[in-house]
Amino acid sequence: MKYMLMMNAKRGNTGDWDISTWPLDDIKAHIGFMKRFSKELSDNGELVAAEGLALPSQARVVRAGKHGAPEVTDGPFPEAKEFLAGYWIVDCESPERAYEIAARASAAPGKGGIPLNMPIEVREVMSAPPVDL
Amino acid sequence: MTEPNISDRAGEHLLRELAPQVLGAIVRRFRDFAAAEDAVQEALLAAAVQWPDEGVPDNPRGWLIHVAARRMTDHVRAELARRRRETVVVMQSGESVQPDEIPTDLDPDDTLILLFMCCHPSLSRPSAIALTLRAVGGLTTAEIASAFLVPEATMAQRISRAKQRVKTSGVPFRMPTETDRAERLDAVLHVLYLIFNEGYATSSGPALQRGDLASEAIRLTRAVHNLLPDAGEVAGLLALMRLTDARRAARTGPDGELIPLAEQDRTLWDRDAIAEGVELITRALSQGSIGAYQLQAAIAAVHDEAARAEDTDWPQILALYGLLKRMSDNPMVALNHAIAAAMVHGPSAGLDLLKPLDADPRLAHHYRLDAVRAHLLEMAGDRDAAIARYIAAANATTSIPERDYLTTKAARLRT
Repeated sequence: MKYMLMMNAKRGNTGDWDISTWPLDDIKAHIGFMKRFSKELSDNGELVAAEGLALPSQARVVRAGKHGAPEVTDGPFPEAKEFLAGYWIVDCESPERAYEIAARASAAPGKGGIPLNMPIEVREVMSAPPVDL
Repeated sequence: MTEPNISDRAGEHLLRELAPQVLGAIVRRFRDFAAAEDAVQEALLAAAVQWPDEGVPDNPRGWLIHVAARRMTDHVRAELARRRRETVVVMQSGESVQPDEIPTDLDPDDTLILLFMCCHPSLSRPSAIALTLRAVGGLTTAEIASAFLVPEATMAQRISRAKQRVKTSGVPFRMPTETDRAERLDAVLHVLYLIFNEGYATSSGPALQRGDLASEAIRLTRAVHNLLPDAGEVAGLLALMRLTDARRAARTGPDGELIPLAEQDRTLWDRDAIAEGVELITRALSQGSIGAYQLQAAIAAVHDEAARAEDTDWPQILALYGLLKRMSDNPMVALNHAIAAAMVHGPSAGLDLLKPLDADPRLAHHYRLDAVRAHLLEMAGDRDAAIARYIAAANATTSIPERDYLTTKAARLRT
């Protein structure tokens, strides 16, 4: 079963994530954790894909304008208090295992090495084989 | 060299056929399953490159064993050198084996022993599936990865961990004991069934490659059947695969949409596959000791023998599901039993049988229960309730073709 694990981060005062205000060692610890975490999933034979996304200040919202031409505004949606920071797609044996992986990601170290406890949204990828009707 | 050339297809077929035989010979001699499996993969790759140009050797099995054994010897030497560097002195059996000393005779049991190993209950099902396809099926890691839509590196890790697991669990390379035999054979059949289902049922993704998985499962099951012709459940599973696979061409429309059994164009069904399946299941059923695969094959045969959907012998299907229900505590069987009851005694009989299933924790909120209930409510003419159940089922399934089918059903009833 494949699951997408979406890491949602809180928007700081600037609208972006406040990681840039952390002490250097904390940032290093966070990045190191993410690298090791992806490696571990890959070594387990569970990793399908993982990507980090550029910060919200780089985001644009696009709608189809006249004749389908793109109409671009600065994003993300201003009302959102959290933004999608990155995601993993894992292929694992059960939903419980996906929750375990999500809990590990949620506990990524933040400022002062304290676990961030970020909310990780777990969604099953529509990949189940259909039954005969 | 006998043949000047071989086609890619025939060559691939021959290599896959030989893969477990070669691996059996190497494991028997060197004992290290994980390393032997790597060595055999290398030999298979070498053959895939060389044979189309140079022709198939006179004794292809001997050629592969020879090449794999040489790789294995290299591996053992490197391993010894490494250990010497680490100043650990370990005597390893097989260290001085010369490639020429390995008997290249065919031991028909090897394929079975390997299957028992790869489908060992200590492995997770995804690991067992991957390992079986590589070690017994002779597929490359890239082929398996693309069939399961995961990166090759991920699949490589899954296979290597599975091999490690086999190693640490200390499963010896020999037939399971008489007492374990039935249970271990069940595990093998279950893995083959899962491989088949993955290939047959999934119409999304690269259809061709996944369809190959169904053919691969049939090939492996046929090999087990040839080795154990009197095992009723093996024959039953092979029959079930053939009888189900026979409908593959009729099962999806031009855009990949699902077409239910009752609406399929039956002229597209594979008559040869049906004939073989019917023959297999008829013989198996006459030999006593009936199991779940045989009953499912018998049900598939009844469907396949009906020239039109309305000719289906539903009373017989109902009786077979009744037997199956007594034999296995699978809630999906209970659902199908309710459908058969509705076809024989009318929709309210089927709906009555669904009622107790609401209390089954394995089925509570399961979309299949909603889908079946929707179908029976539609039969009963209760349009609004049917629409609600179809939508509930569509919202809960994790299969895209199924969601599309259920959503369309609900929309048709609304108009």
